[in-house]
Amino acid sequence: MADYKNEFGVFAERPKVEKKIFDRNKVIAGLVIFLVMVTIPLWQNLGKTVAAPTPNLDTPVIQKLAEKDKKCVMPKEWMRANHMQLLVDWRDNVVRTKEQQVTTSRGRNFVASDKKQYLASLTNTCMECHSNKAQFCDQCHNYVAVAPNCWGCHLETGKKLAEAK
Amino acid sequence: MDFFKRHFFVALSAVLGLIIIAYVGVQGNLQLLFGVVVPYLAALIFLEGVIYRVIQWARSPVPFRIPTTAAQGRSLPWIKRNLGEKLDNPADTPHLIGRMALEVFAFRSLFRNLRTELVKDPDNPEGARLIHWSYKWLWLGAIAFHYAFLVVILRHLRFFTEPTMGVVLMLDKMDGFFQFFTPAVYLSGVVLVAAVGYLLFRRITNPTLRYISLAADYFPLLLILAIGLTGILLRYFFKTDIVAVKELAIGLVTLHPKLPANLSALFYVHLFLVCALFAYFPFSKLMHAPGVFMSPTRNLTCNNRWVMHVNPWNYPVKFHSYAEYEDTFREPMIEAGIPVEKEQ
Repeated sequence: MADYKNEFGVFAERPKVEKKIFDRNKVIAGLVIFLVMVTIPLWQNLGKTVAAPTPNLDTPVIQKLAEKDKKCVMPKEWMRANHMQLLVDWRDNVVRTKEQQVTTSRGRNFVASDKKQYLASLTNTCMECHSNKAQFCDQCHNYVAVAPNCWGCHLETGKKLAEAK
Repeated sequence: MDFFKRHFFVALSAVLGLIIIAYVGVQGNLQLLFGVVVPYLAALIFLEGVIYRVIQWARSPVPFRIPTTAAQGRSLPWIKRNLGEKLDNPADTPHLIGRMALEVFAFRSLFRNLRTELVKDPDNPEGARLIHWSYKWLWLGAIAFHYAFLVVILRHLRFFTEPTMGVVLMLDKMDGFFQFFTPAVYLSGVVLVAAVGYLLFRRITNPTLRYISLAADYFPLLLILAIGLTGILLRYFFKTDIVAVKELAIGLVTLHPKLPANLSALFYVHLFLVCALFAYFPFSKLMHAPGVFMSPTRNLTCNNRWVMHVNPWNYPVKFHSYAEYEDTFREPMIEAGIPVEKEQ
């Protein structure tokens, strides 16, 4: 850019502004704080290799099952994303809507896609096979930091409903 | 379509375009691009862009204090100032820090927002009267939005840290405090979408505001709204396997990226929109985040009355004095009958 001119010629030189970062220390301190804050996940995990959880299927009940029966009430991929919804639907069905009218039949039955009937119960159906809560349930729940309140009632070591009857 | 509508629809179609790009890309098996390459690229653009722009700003000199304040400055000893005035027109560093803290954490300048309106007034000869009244809705919408967004971002740290930080767990618990619906509804998500929705609504419905709104104003709002809505859909309605989400996120931050197979297209849309927001950040008005710390009207004490600030690069100005002026135009001036100081 040229110097400032009017019709009489140059009347002012272009102001000589220093080429530097003003308040250098403050600006750099601010930027460092910003950088450290936004890269916290990097520092937290520095040099770590975090293994993905591997839910364990090795329980006595599952081992006893015939090979063709070794399957869940719904496909595995679907269960990975939606099992909480299934359990809540079961709960609502059994505890909050149906069971008040019918004690034994429809409200407690879950018909799987292959027409097989299951008792809609976390303790008696799910945890019958998956009796290893720590290796099966907790591993993924801890990994993604969710704390489901299922275990407030469904004590893992508690007596099973069927046995009580 | 008029100019103002066009600006809105350009921004809207940009956001819809981003959604379509991510969706089509994932259908075309470009998971590696959208899951690994784009997030890294977006993070780099974000960091480098923010640092670059902050340093560019820091290279602009600010030789003078700009006392654009709404309060009594420090003056004669018998002019008393209360704490609010001292904070709004700080004379020393502690009060200055107070002013910055109010601005950053409580959005002090938005709190001053006024609404100017003509109201009917039969007693007035013109039949109307101009009134200014305090209008806090903008402040409320803005502060609700910013804090909700902060909580949402901090909550997402549970995907990026293993073991998850205690702060994040606590935040998670507080956010889902009212345990309704399953999974428990996060209040921050609801507040975020409601507040962004309000800010957008206000921009569209207020004619004066619409007049000054451009695509660059609508785009971030629509983008954040889309991010919030896809996030809510992912959590409550079209669930995805979050163990796989965490595997992807942890892979990215440990620099050993790994692509789980079990992720839905909706998840990639959400991720791509977030990447778009990060990449767009340094080029946009969103830079007000670092900018608030660099505002000369906020971050300098108002001490002009007792400290002399000399512009360090003042140059010698070449004056064109009256004598020289007369020398140049003497003959035409005499000819026109204009009195001159020197005849020769």
